[in-house]
Amino acid sequence: MTAVQKRVLINKIALAFSTLSALIALGFLFWILGVLVMKGISALNWNIFIFEGAPPGNPESGLKHALVGQAILIGMATAIGVPLGILAGTYLSEYGKNSKLAHTIRDISDIMMSAPSIVIGAFVYAIVVMPMGHFSAWAGAIALGIIMIPVILRTTDDMLQLVPGELREAAFALGAPKYKVILSVVYRGAKAGILTGVLLGIARVGGETAPLLFTSFNDNFFTTDLNEAMPSLTVTIFNYATSPYEDWQQLGWAAAFILSMFILGLNILGRLILLAGKKRK
Amino acid sequence: MIDKIFFNFTRFSALLILIIVAWIFTVLFNHSLEAMSTFGLDFITKDEWAPNLDKFGAHAAILGSIISTMLAMMLAVPIAIGVAIFLSEIAHDKIKGFFGVSVELLAAIPSVIYGMWGLFFFVPIIRDIFGGLGIGLLAAGIVLAIMILPFMAAVTRDAMNTTPDILKESAYALGGTQWDVIKDIIIPYAKAGIIGSLILALGRAIGETMAVTFVMGNVHKVPGSILDPTTSIPVTLANEFSEADSSLYFSSLFGLALTLLIMSFVVIAVAKFYFLRKARRA
Repeated sequence: MTAVQKRVLINKIALAFSTLSALIALGFLFWILGVLVMKGISALNWNIFIFEGAPPGNPESGLKHALVGQAILIGMATAIGVPLGILAGTYLSEYGKNSKLAHTIRDISDIMMSAPSIVIGAFVYAIVVMPMGHFSAWAGAIALGIIMIPVILRTTDDMLQLVPGELREAAFALGAPKYKVILSVVYRGAKAGILTGVLLGIARVGGETAPLLFTSFNDNFFTTDLNEAMPSLTVTIFNYATSPYEDWQQLGWAAAFILSMFILGLNILGRLILLAGKKRK
Repeated sequence: MIDKIFFNFTRFSALLILIIVAWIFTVLFNHSLEAMSTFGLDFITKDEWAPNLDKFGAHAAILGSIISTMLAMMLAVPIAIGVAIFLSEIAHDKIKGFFGVSVELLAAIPSVIYGMWGLFFFVPIIRDIFGGLGIGLLAAGIVLAIMILPFMAAVTRDAMNTTPDILKESAYALGGTQWDVIKDIIIPYAKAGIIGSLILALGRAIGETMAVTFVMGNVHKVPGSILDPTTSIPVTLANEFSEADSSLYFSSLFGLALTLLIMSFVVIAVAKFYFLRKARRA
Protein backbone atom coordinates (compact mmCIF):
# COMPACT_ATOMS: atom_id res chain seq x y z
CA MET A 1 0.00 0.00 0.00
CA THR A 2 1.39 3.40 -0.91
CA ALA A 3 1.53 6.25 1.56
CA VAL A 4 -1.31 8.02 -0.23
CA GLN A 5 -3.56 4.96 -0.18
CA LYS A 6 -2.83 4.58 3.50
CA ARG A 7 -3.83 8.15 4.23
CA VAL A 8 -7.01 7.80 2.20
CA LEU A 9 -7.86 4.63 4.08
CA ILE A 10 -7.23 6.22 7.49
CA ASN A 11 -9.35 9.13 6.36
CA LYS A 12 -12.23 6.83 5.49
CA ILE A 13 -12.01 4.96 8.79
CA ALA A 14 -11.88 8.15 10.85
CA LEU A 15 -14.82 9.69 9.05
CA ALA A 16 -16.79 6.49 9.40
CA PHE A 17 -16.18 6.52 13.16
CA SER A 18 -17.33 10.10 13.41
CA THR A 19 -20.49 9.38 11.43
CA LEU A 20 -21.08 6.27 13.51
CA SER A 21 -20.85 8.24 16.76
CA ALA A 22 -23.34 10.73 15.37
CA LEU A 23 -25.68 7.85 14.58
CA ILE A 24 -25.23 6.35 18.06
CA ALA A 25 -26.01 9.69 19.68
CA LEU A 26 -29.00 10.23 17.44
CA GLY A 27 -30.18 6.68 18.09
CA PHE A 28 -30.22 7.13 21.86
CA LEU A 29 -31.86 10.49 21.68
CA PHE A 30 -34.58 9.33 19.30
CA TRP A 31 -35.10 6.31 21.52
CA ILE A 32 -35.80 8.63 24.44
CA LEU A 33 -38.03 10.91 22.37
CA GLY A 34 -39.84 7.91 20.89
CA VAL A 35 -40.55 6.43 24.30
CA LEU A 36 -41.71 9.80 25.56
CA VAL A 37 -44.12 10.31 22.67
CA MET A 38 -45.51 6.75 22.64
CA LYS A 39 -45.93 6.43 26.39
CA GLY A 40 -47.09 10.02 26.71
CA ILE A 41 -49.74 9.96 24.02
CA SER A 42 -51.13 6.60 25.11
CA ALA A 43 -51.52 7.96 28.65
CA LEU A 44 -53.16 11.22 27.57
CA ASN A 45 -56.91 11.69 27.97
CA TRP A 46 -59.32 14.39 29.04
CA ASN A 47 -59.46 13.14 32.61
CA ILE A 48 -55.93 14.42 33.09
CA PHE A 49 -57.10 18.00 32.72
CA ILE A 50 -60.29 17.57 34.73
CA PHE A 51 -59.25 15.64 37.82
CA GLU A 52 -56.64 16.29 40.46
CA GLY A 53 -54.40 13.70 42.03
CA ALA A 54 -56.03 10.72 43.69
CA PRO A 55 -54.87 7.63 45.52
CA PRO A 56 -53.56 4.91 43.21
CA GLY A 57 -56.26 2.72 41.65
CA ASN A 58 -58.78 5.54 41.42
CA PRO A 59 -59.78 6.03 37.75
CA GLU A 60 -60.80 9.64 38.45
CA SER A 61 -57.28 10.92 38.84
CA GLY A 62 -55.52 13.50 36.75
CA LEU A 63 -52.89 16.18 36.68
CA LYS A 64 -54.98 19.32 37.06
CA HIS A 65 -53.29 20.08 40.38
CA ALA A 66 -49.80 19.79 38.90
CA LEU A 67 -50.59 21.74 35.73
CA VAL A 68 -52.08 24.64 37.66
CA GLY A 69 -49.32 24.51 40.27
CA GLN A 70 -46.66 24.52 37.57
CA ALA A 71 -48.30 27.51 35.88
CA ILE A 72 -48.46 29.42 39.18
CA LEU A 73 -44.83 28.62 40.06
CA ILE A 74 -43.53 29.58 36.62
CA GLY A 75 -45.67 32.71 36.53
CA MET A 76 -44.29 33.85 39.90
CA ALA A 77 -40.73 32.95 38.96
CA THR A 78 -41.11 34.94 35.74
CA ALA A 79 -42.41 37.91 37.70
CA ILE A 80 -39.25 37.77 39.85
CA GLY A 81 -36.64 36.78 37.30
CA VAL A 82 -37.60 38.74 34.19
CA PRO A 83 -37.61 42.32 35.53
CA LEU A 84 -34.45 41.79 37.57
CA GLY A 85 -32.70 40.05 34.68
CA ILE A 86 -33.67 42.70 32.14
CA LEU A 87 -32.70 45.59 34.43
CA ALA A 88 -29.38 43.96 35.28
CA GLY A 89 -28.67 43.27 31.61
CA THR A 90 -29.56 46.90 30.85
CA TYR A 91 -27.02 48.09 33.41
CA LEU A 92 -24.28 45.92 31.89
CA SER A 93 -24.95 46.96 28.31
CA GLU A 94 -25.87 50.64 28.77
CA TYR A 95 -24.05 51.83 31.89
CA GLY A 96 -21.39 49.36 32.98
CA LYS A 97 -20.15 48.50 29.48
CA ASN A 98 -16.49 47.53 29.75
CA SER A 99 -15.91 48.55 33.36
CA LYS A 100 -14.34 46.10 35.74
CA LEU A 101 -17.54 45.79 37.76
CA ALA A 102 -19.58 44.95 34.68
CA HIS A 103 -17.13 42.22 33.67
CA THR A 104 -17.13 40.73 37.15
CA ILE A 105 -20.93 40.64 37.15
CA ARG A 106 -20.95 39.00 33.71
CA ASP A 107 -18.46 36.35 34.83
CA ILE A 108 -20.23 35.52 38.10
CA SER A 109 -23.61 35.41 36.37
CA ASP A 110 -22.20 33.07 33.71
CA ILE A 111 -20.98 30.69 36.40
CA MET A 112 -24.36 30.89 38.13
CA MET A 113 -26.01 29.81 34.90
CA SER A 114 -24.25 26.43 35.11
CA ALA A 115 -24.22 26.08 38.91
CA PRO A 116 -26.10 23.08 40.37
CA SER A 117 -29.75 24.02 40.75
CA ILE A 118 -30.20 21.77 43.78
CA VAL A 119 -27.84 24.03 45.71
CA ILE A 120 -30.14 26.98 44.98
CA GLY A 121 -32.90 24.83 46.48
CA ALA A 122 -30.87 24.29 49.66
CA PHE A 123 -30.18 28.04 49.86
CA VAL A 124 -33.86 28.95 49.51
CA TYR A 125 -34.72 26.28 52.06
CA ALA A 126 -32.44 28.07 54.54
CA ILE A 127 -33.69 31.59 53.86
CA VAL A 128 -37.40 31.01 53.19
CA VAL A 129 -38.62 27.58 54.31
CA MET A 130 -36.78 27.50 57.66
CA PRO A 131 -38.02 30.94 58.87
CA MET A 132 -41.58 30.21 57.63
CA GLY A 133 -41.49 26.78 59.18
CA HIS A 134 -43.08 25.01 56.20
CA PHE A 135 -42.82 24.49 52.44
CA SER A 136 -44.48 27.08 50.24
CA ALA A 137 -45.10 28.15 46.66
CA TRP A 138 -43.19 31.34 47.46
CA ALA A 139 -40.04 29.38 48.21
CA GLY A 140 -40.30 27.42 44.95
CA ALA A 141 -40.91 30.56 42.92
CA ILE A 142 -37.96 32.36 44.53
CA ALA A 143 -35.67 29.42 43.77
CA LEU A 144 -36.78 29.34 40.12
CA GLY A 145 -36.54 33.14 39.89
CA ILE A 146 -32.93 33.08 41.08
CA ILE A 147 -32.11 30.46 38.44
CA MET A 148 -33.82 32.55 35.77
CA ILE A 149 -31.98 35.84 36.39
CA PRO A 150 -28.60 34.87 34.83
CA VAL A 151 -30.26 33.51 31.67
CA ILE A 152 -32.28 36.69 31.08
CA LEU A 153 -29.35 38.92 32.08
CA ARG A 154 -27.07 37.30 29.52
CA THR A 155 -29.48 37.50 26.56
CA THR A 156 -30.57 41.07 27.43
CA ASP A 157 -26.93 42.19 27.67
CA ASP A 158 -26.08 40.54 24.32
CA MET A 159 -29.18 41.76 22.54
CA LEU A 160 -28.95 45.38 23.71
CA GLN A 161 -25.35 45.52 22.53
CA LEU A 162 -26.55 44.61 19.04
CA VAL A 163 -28.61 47.82 18.86
CA PRO A 164 -26.49 50.24 16.79
CA GLY A 165 -24.92 53.16 18.67
CA GLU A 166 -26.15 55.61 16.00
CA LEU A 167 -29.75 55.02 17.09
CA ARG A 168 -28.86 56.02 20.66
CA GLU A 169 -26.92 59.06 19.43
CA ALA A 170 -29.80 60.16 17.24
CA ALA A 171 -32.15 59.99 20.22
CA PHE A 172 -29.69 61.87 22.44
CA ALA A 173 -29.38 64.53 19.76
CA LEU A 174 -33.13 65.10 20.01
CA GLY A 175 -32.58 65.93 23.66
CA ALA A 176 -33.94 62.72 25.18
CA PRO A 177 -32.65 61.80 28.65
CA LYS A 178 -30.80 58.50 28.92
CA TYR A 179 -33.63 56.52 30.53
CA LYS A 180 -35.97 57.62 27.73
CA VAL A 181 -33.42 56.58 25.11
CA ILE A 182 -33.13 53.15 26.71
CA LEU A 183 -36.85 52.65 27.23
CA SER A 184 -38.14 53.85 23.89
CA VAL A 185 -35.21 53.35 21.50
CA VAL A 186 -32.89 50.63 22.76
CA TYR A 187 -35.60 48.32 24.14
CA ARG A 188 -37.66 48.76 21.01
CA GLY A 189 -34.71 47.85 18.82
CA ALA A 190 -33.95 44.73 20.85
CA LYS A 191 -37.57 43.69 21.38
CA ALA A 192 -37.37 40.37 19.54
CA GLY A 193 -34.10 39.43 21.24
CA ILE A 194 -35.35 40.22 24.73
CA LEU A 195 -38.55 38.27 24.12
CA THR A 196 -36.51 35.27 22.97
CA GLY A 197 -34.41 35.55 26.12
CA VAL A 198 -37.53 35.56 28.28
CA LEU A 199 -38.93 32.50 26.50
CA LEU A 200 -35.65 30.60 26.86
CA GLY A 201 -35.49 31.63 30.53
CA ILE A 202 -38.98 30.26 31.13
CA ALA A 203 -38.09 27.07 29.26
CA ARG A 204 -34.97 26.72 31.40
CA VAL A 205 -36.75 26.91 34.75
CA GLY A 206 -39.85 25.07 33.52
CA GLY A 207 -37.95 21.80 33.49
CA GLU A 208 -36.26 22.27 36.86
CA THR A 209 -37.12 19.67 39.44
CA ALA A 210 -34.25 19.68 41.91
CA PRO A 211 -34.74 23.19 43.36
CA LEU A 212 -38.44 22.49 43.94
CA LEU A 213 -38.02 19.24 45.89
CA PHE A 214 -37.62 21.02 49.20
CA THR A 215 -38.97 24.48 48.52
CA SER A 216 -42.45 24.18 47.01
CA PHE A 217 -42.33 20.44 47.82
CA ASN A 218 -45.34 18.72 46.30
CA ASP A 219 -48.99 18.08 46.93
CA ASN A 220 -51.32 15.57 45.34
CA PHE A 221 -54.29 17.91 45.52
CA PHE A 222 -55.38 21.09 43.88
CA THR A 223 -54.33 24.25 45.68
CA THR A 224 -53.83 27.93 44.92
CA ASP A 225 -52.63 28.85 48.40
CA LEU A 226 -49.20 30.41 47.95
CA ASN A 227 -48.33 29.86 51.60
CA GLU A 228 -48.65 26.12 51.33
CA ALA A 229 -46.77 23.39 49.51
CA MET A 230 -47.55 23.59 45.81
CA PRO A 231 -47.60 20.70 43.32
CA SER A 232 -45.54 21.03 40.15
CA LEU A 233 -45.37 18.90 37.00
CA THR A 234 -41.70 18.09 37.49
CA VAL A 235 -41.87 16.90 41.09
CA THR A 236 -45.09 15.04 40.26
CA ILE A 237 -43.24 13.24 37.46
CA PHE A 238 -40.54 12.26 39.92
CA ASN A 239 -42.96 11.04 42.58
CA TYR A 240 -45.26 9.18 40.21
CA ALA A 241 -42.45 7.60 38.20
CA THR A 242 -40.72 6.27 41.32
CA SER A 243 -43.98 4.95 42.79
CA PRO A 244 -44.77 1.25 42.43
CA TYR A 245 -48.29 1.90 41.07
CA GLU A 246 -48.90 1.35 37.38
CA ASP A 247 -51.57 4.02 36.99
CA TRP A 248 -49.40 6.63 38.72
CA GLN A 249 -46.54 5.75 36.40
CA GLN A 250 -48.92 6.25 33.44
CA LEU A 251 -49.79 9.70 34.74
CA GLY A 252 -46.05 10.35 35.14
CA TRP A 253 -45.50 9.65 31.43
CA ALA A 254 -48.40 11.91 30.49
CA ALA A 255 -46.91 14.67 32.65
CA ALA A 256 -43.47 14.12 31.12
CA PHE A 257 -44.94 14.39 27.63
CA ILE A 258 -46.87 17.58 28.37
CA LEU A 259 -43.83 19.18 30.04
CA SER A 260 -41.47 18.29 27.18
CA MET A 261 -43.82 19.61 24.53
CA PHE A 262 -44.21 22.84 26.48
CA ILE A 263 -40.46 23.31 26.79
CA LEU A 264 -39.64 22.31 23.21
CA GLY A 265 -42.44 24.61 22.03
CA LEU A 266 -40.97 27.57 23.94
CA ASN A 267 -37.52 26.85 22.50
CA ILE A 268 -38.81 26.63 18.95
CA LEU A 269 -40.94 29.76 19.36
CA GLY A 270 -37.91 31.64 20.70
CA ARG A 271 -35.84 30.63 17.68
CA LEU A 272 -38.59 31.59 15.24
CA ILE A 273 -38.96 35.03 16.80
CA LEU A 274 -35.23 35.62 16.54
CA LEU A 275 -35.22 34.38 12.95
CA ALA A 276 -38.16 36.57 11.97
CA GLY A 277 -36.46 39.56 13.59
CA LYS A 278 -33.31 38.93 11.57
CA LYS A 279 -35.21 38.60 8.30
CA ARG A 280 -36.97 41.88 8.72
CA LYS A 281 -33.65 43.75 8.97
CA MET B 1 -34.27 62.81 38.33
CA ILE B 2 -36.08 59.87 36.69
CA ASP B 3 -32.81 59.26 34.93
CA LYS B 4 -31.08 58.75 38.28
CA ILE B 5 -33.79 56.49 39.63
CA PHE B 6 -33.69 54.32 36.51
CA PHE B 7 -29.90 54.12 36.67
CA ASN B 8 -30.01 53.08 40.31
CA PHE B 9 -32.66 50.47 39.61
CA THR B 10 -30.56 48.85 36.91
CA ARG B 11 -27.38 49.05 38.96
CA PHE B 12 -29.08 47.51 41.97
CA SER B 13 -30.39 44.61 39.85
CA ALA B 14 -26.93 43.98 38.45
CA LEU B 15 -25.31 44.09 41.89
CA LEU B 16 -28.01 41.76 43.16
CA ILE B 17 -26.33 38.89 41.27
CA LEU B 18 -23.13 39.39 43.25
CA ILE B 19 -25.12 39.77 46.47
CA ILE B 20 -27.06 36.56 45.84
CA VAL B 21 -23.91 34.55 45.10
CA ALA B 22 -22.16 35.87 48.21
CA TRP B 23 -25.34 35.25 50.19
CA ILE B 24 -25.58 31.65 48.97
CA PHE B 25 -22.01 30.93 50.05
CA THR B 26 -22.52 32.60 53.44
CA VAL B 27 -25.80 30.84 54.18
CA LEU B 28 -24.49 27.42 53.19
CA PHE B 29 -21.29 28.00 55.17
CA ASN B 30 -23.11 29.13 58.31
CA HIS B 31 -25.52 26.23 58.22
CA SER B 32 -22.78 23.69 57.72
CA LEU B 33 -20.64 25.02 60.61
CA GLU B 34 -22.19 22.61 63.11
CA ALA B 35 -21.31 19.57 60.99
CA MET B 36 -17.84 20.90 60.29
CA SER B 37 -17.05 21.54 63.95
CA THR B 38 -18.48 18.16 65.00
CA PHE B 39 -16.77 16.02 62.39
CA GLY B 40 -13.88 18.11 61.12
CA LEU B 41 -12.06 16.36 58.31
CA ASP B 42 -13.90 13.12 59.08
CA PHE B 43 -16.82 14.66 57.21
CA ILE B 44 -15.11 14.09 53.89
CA THR B 45 -12.94 11.07 54.72
CA LYS B 46 -15.38 8.78 56.59
CA ASP B 47 -18.18 7.00 54.81
CA GLU B 48 -20.43 6.10 57.70
CA TRP B 49 -23.72 7.93 57.11
CA ALA B 50 -26.06 6.96 59.92
CA PRO B 51 -28.78 9.51 60.67
CA ASN B 52 -30.09 7.45 63.60
CA LEU B 53 -26.67 7.59 65.30
CA ASP B 54 -26.07 11.21 64.27
CA LYS B 55 -22.97 10.18 62.37
CA PHE B 56 -22.38 11.79 59.02
CA GLY B 57 -19.45 11.05 56.73
CA ALA B 58 -19.83 12.24 53.17
CA HIS B 59 -16.98 10.27 51.66
CA ALA B 60 -19.24 7.89 49.71
CA ALA B 61 -21.36 10.72 48.32
CA ILE B 62 -18.34 12.77 47.23
CA LEU B 63 -16.70 9.73 45.69
CA GLY B 64 -19.97 8.75 44.00
CA SER B 65 -20.25 12.21 42.45
CA ILE B 66 -16.70 12.06 41.13
CA ILE B 67 -16.86 8.49 39.79
CA SER B 68 -20.26 8.84 38.13
CA THR B 69 -19.17 12.08 36.49
CA MET B 70 -15.90 10.54 35.28
CA LEU B 71 -17.76 7.53 33.91
CA ALA B 72 -20.15 9.82 32.08
CA MET B 73 -17.25 11.84 30.69
CA MET B 74 -15.45 8.72 29.46
CA LEU B 75 -18.54 7.63 27.58
CA ALA B 76 -19.71 11.01 26.36
CA VAL B 77 -16.46 12.73 25.32
CA PRO B 78 -15.51 10.48 22.37
CA ILE B 79 -19.06 10.42 21.05
CA ALA B 80 -19.52 14.16 21.54
CA ILE B 81 -16.29 14.87 19.65
CA GLY B 82 -17.42 12.49 16.90
CA VAL B 83 -20.76 14.26 16.67
CA ALA B 84 -19.05 17.66 16.65
CA ILE B 85 -16.73 16.60 13.82
CA PHE B 86 -19.71 15.20 11.94
CA LEU B 87 -21.66 18.43 12.38
CA SER B 88 -18.85 20.83 11.54
CA GLU B 89 -16.99 18.93 8.79
CA ILE B 90 -18.81 15.94 7.34
CA ALA B 91 -22.52 16.59 7.23
CA HIS B 92 -24.22 18.17 4.25
CA ASP B 93 -25.60 21.66 4.83
CA LYS B 94 -29.20 20.42 4.94
CA ILE B 95 -28.49 17.59 7.39
CA LYS B 96 -26.29 19.95 9.39
CA GLY B 97 -29.14 22.38 9.94
CA PHE B 98 -31.67 19.74 10.93
CA PHE B 99 -29.25 17.69 13.03
CA GLY B 100 -27.72 20.75 14.66
CA VAL B 101 -31.09 22.15 15.74
CA SER B 102 -32.29 18.79 17.05
CA VAL B 103 -29.13 18.42 19.13
CA GLU B 104 -29.73 21.86 20.63
CA LEU B 105 -33.39 21.11 21.30
CA LEU B 106 -32.50 17.82 22.98
CA ALA B 107 -30.20 19.76 25.29
CA ALA B 108 -33.32 21.58 26.49
CA ILE B 109 -35.29 18.45 27.47
CA PRO B 110 -35.68 18.42 31.27
CA SER B 111 -33.26 16.08 33.02
CA VAL B 112 -36.08 14.48 35.02
CA ILE B 113 -37.19 12.89 31.75
CA TYR B 114 -33.77 11.41 31.04
CA GLY B 115 -33.86 9.97 34.56
CA MET B 116 -37.32 8.50 34.08
CA TRP B 117 -36.32 6.91 30.78
CA GLY B 118 -33.21 5.51 32.44
CA LEU B 119 -35.23 3.94 35.24
CA PHE B 120 -37.85 2.29 33.02
CA PHE B 121 -35.84 1.38 29.92
CA PHE B 122 -32.16 1.32 30.68
CA VAL B 123 -31.95 -0.16 34.17
CA PRO B 124 -33.73 -3.38 33.03
CA ILE B 125 -31.18 -3.77 30.21
CA ILE B 126 -28.26 -3.47 32.62
CA ARG B 127 -30.00 -5.90 34.95
CA ASP B 128 -30.42 -8.43 32.14
CA ILE B 129 -26.83 -8.15 30.95
CA PHE B 130 -24.89 -7.89 34.21
CA GLY B 131 -27.35 -9.20 36.77
CA GLY B 132 -27.82 -7.49 40.12
CA LEU B 133 -30.20 -4.62 40.66
CA GLY B 134 -29.39 -2.68 37.54
CA ILE B 135 -29.53 0.44 39.67
CA GLY B 136 -26.08 1.79 40.45
CA LEU B 137 -22.99 3.61 39.26
CA LEU B 138 -23.02 2.18 35.74
CA ALA B 139 -26.64 3.15 35.09
CA ALA B 140 -26.01 6.61 36.55
CA GLY B 141 -22.89 7.09 34.42
CA ILE B 142 -24.66 6.08 31.21
CA VAL B 143 -27.80 8.15 31.81
CA LEU B 144 -25.62 11.12 32.75
CA ALA B 145 -23.54 10.63 29.60
CA ILE B 146 -26.63 10.61 27.38
CA MET B 147 -27.98 13.65 29.16
CA ILE B 148 -24.89 15.84 28.74
CA LEU B 149 -24.16 14.60 25.21
CA PRO B 150 -26.30 17.15 23.32
CA PHE B 151 -24.92 20.11 25.29
CA MET B 152 -21.36 18.85 24.99
CA ALA B 153 -21.65 18.20 21.25
CA ALA B 154 -23.22 21.62 20.62
CA VAL B 155 -20.53 23.63 22.43
CA THR B 156 -17.70 21.49 20.99
CA ARG B 157 -19.06 22.05 17.50
CA ASP B 158 -19.15 25.80 18.14
CA ALA B 159 -15.51 25.67 19.24
CA MET B 160 -14.51 23.74 16.10
CA ASN B 161 -16.41 26.16 13.88
CA THR B 162 -14.13 28.99 14.99
CA THR B 163 -11.32 27.61 12.82
CA PRO B 164 -10.88 30.08 9.92
CA ASP B 165 -11.79 28.60 6.52
CA ILE B 166 -8.58 29.90 5.02
CA LEU B 167 -6.50 27.64 7.28
CA LYS B 168 -8.53 24.59 6.27
CA GLU B 169 -8.39 25.51 2.59
CA SER B 170 -4.62 25.90 2.73
CA ALA B 171 -4.30 22.40 4.17
CA TYR B 172 -6.58 20.94 1.51
CA ALA B 173 -4.50 22.73 -1.15
CA LEU B 174 -1.43 20.92 0.19
CA GLY B 175 -3.19 17.61 -0.46
CA GLY B 176 -4.47 16.86 3.02
CA THR B 177 -7.38 14.47 3.42
CA GLN B 178 -10.41 15.52 5.44
CA TRP B 179 -9.07 13.65 8.46
CA ASP B 180 -5.64 15.29 8.08
CA VAL B 181 -7.35 18.68 8.20
CA ILE B 182 -9.40 17.69 11.24
CA LYS B 183 -6.52 16.32 13.30
CA ASP B 184 -3.73 18.66 12.17
CA ILE B 185 -5.60 21.93 11.65
CA ILE B 186 -8.97 22.07 13.40
CA ILE B 187 -8.18 20.21 16.61
CA PRO B 188 -4.89 22.04 17.29
CA TYR B 189 -6.47 25.38 16.39
CA ALA B 190 -9.60 24.91 18.50
CA LYS B 191 -7.92 22.93 21.29
CA ALA B 192 -8.50 25.43 24.09
CA GLY B 193 -12.11 25.89 23.06
CA ILE B 194 -12.78 22.16 22.83
CA ILE B 195 -11.22 21.42 26.22
CA GLY B 196 -13.12 24.34 27.72
CA SER B 197 -16.40 23.04 26.32
CA LEU B 198 -15.77 19.54 27.65
CA ILE B 199 -14.92 20.84 31.13
CA LEU B 200 -18.00 23.06 31.10
CA ALA B 201 -20.11 19.97 30.40
CA LEU B 202 -18.27 18.25 33.27
CA GLY B 203 -19.24 21.13 35.56
CA ARG B 204 -22.88 20.63 34.61
CA ALA B 205 -22.68 16.86 35.08
CA ILE B 206 -21.37 17.11 38.66
CA GLY B 207 -24.37 19.09 39.80
CA GLU B 208 -26.94 17.16 37.78
CA THR B 209 -29.55 15.80 40.12
CA MET B 210 -32.62 14.36 38.52
CA ALA B 211 -31.04 12.27 35.78
CA VAL B 212 -29.12 10.26 38.37
CA THR B 213 -31.48 10.31 41.36
CA PHE B 214 -33.71 7.76 39.63
CA VAL B 215 -31.00 5.24 38.89
CA MET B 216 -28.27 5.54 41.54
CA GLY B 217 -29.87 3.89 44.55
CA ASN B 218 -28.94 6.31 47.36
CA VAL B 219 -26.89 3.82 49.36
CA HIS B 220 -24.17 5.42 51.48
CA LYS B 221 -21.44 2.95 50.78
CA VAL B 222 -18.28 3.18 48.74
CA PRO B 223 -19.14 0.90 45.82
CA GLY B 224 -17.10 -2.25 45.29
CA SER B 225 -17.87 -2.33 41.57
CA ILE B 226 -19.56 -0.05 39.09
CA LEU B 227 -22.66 -2.23 39.24
CA ASP B 228 -23.24 -1.47 42.93
CA PRO B 229 -25.80 1.07 44.01
CA THR B 230 -24.22 4.08 45.67
CA THR B 231 -24.99 7.76 46.10
CA SER B 232 -23.72 11.16 45.07
CA ILE B 233 -24.01 14.60 46.61
CA PRO B 234 -27.05 15.74 44.59
CA VAL B 235 -28.74 12.35 45.01
CA THR B 236 -28.33 12.50 48.78
CA LEU B 237 -29.66 16.05 48.89
CA ALA B 238 -32.66 15.19 46.72
CA ASN B 239 -33.58 12.13 48.76
CA GLU B 240 -32.91 13.28 52.28
CA PHE B 241 -33.35 17.04 52.52
CA SER B 242 -37.08 16.95 53.17
CA GLU B 243 -36.70 14.08 55.65
CA ALA B 244 -33.89 15.37 57.86
CA ASP B 245 -34.96 15.60 61.50
CA SER B 246 -32.00 16.70 63.60
CA SER B 247 -30.03 19.91 63.35
CA LEU B 248 -26.80 17.98 62.85
CA TYR B 249 -28.44 16.08 59.98
CA PHE B 250 -29.47 19.36 58.34
CA SER B 251 -26.07 20.84 58.94
CA SER B 252 -24.41 17.86 57.26
CA LEU B 253 -26.70 18.22 54.24
CA PHE B 254 -25.84 21.90 53.99
CA GLY B 255 -22.20 20.86 54.18
CA LEU B 256 -22.78 18.58 51.20
CA ALA B 257 -24.48 21.38 49.29
CA LEU B 258 -21.53 23.69 50.00
CA THR B 259 -19.06 21.01 48.87
CA LEU B 260 -21.00 20.54 45.64
CA LEU B 261 -21.23 24.26 45.00
CA ILE B 262 -17.48 24.73 45.49
CA MET B 263 -16.67 21.74 43.27
CA SER B 264 -18.81 22.92 40.39
CA PHE B 265 -17.83 26.58 40.82
CA VAL B 266 -14.16 25.68 40.50
CA VAL B 267 -14.70 23.41 37.48
CA ILE B 268 -16.89 25.92 35.64
CA ALA B 269 -14.55 28.81 36.46
CA VAL B 270 -11.54 26.86 35.11
CA ALA B 271 -13.45 26.07 31.92
CA LYS B 272 -14.69 29.62 31.39
CA PHE B 273 -11.79 31.73 32.53
CA TYR B 274 -8.83 29.61 31.57
CA PHE B 275 -9.74 27.64 28.46
CA LEU B 276 -12.64 29.46 26.86
CA ARG B 277 -11.08 32.89 27.39
CA LYS B 278 -7.84 31.67 25.89
CA ALA B 279 -9.84 30.31 22.96
CA ARG B 280 -11.54 33.64 22.39
CA ARG B 281 -8.25 35.54 22.46
CA ALA B 282 -6.55 33.23 19.96
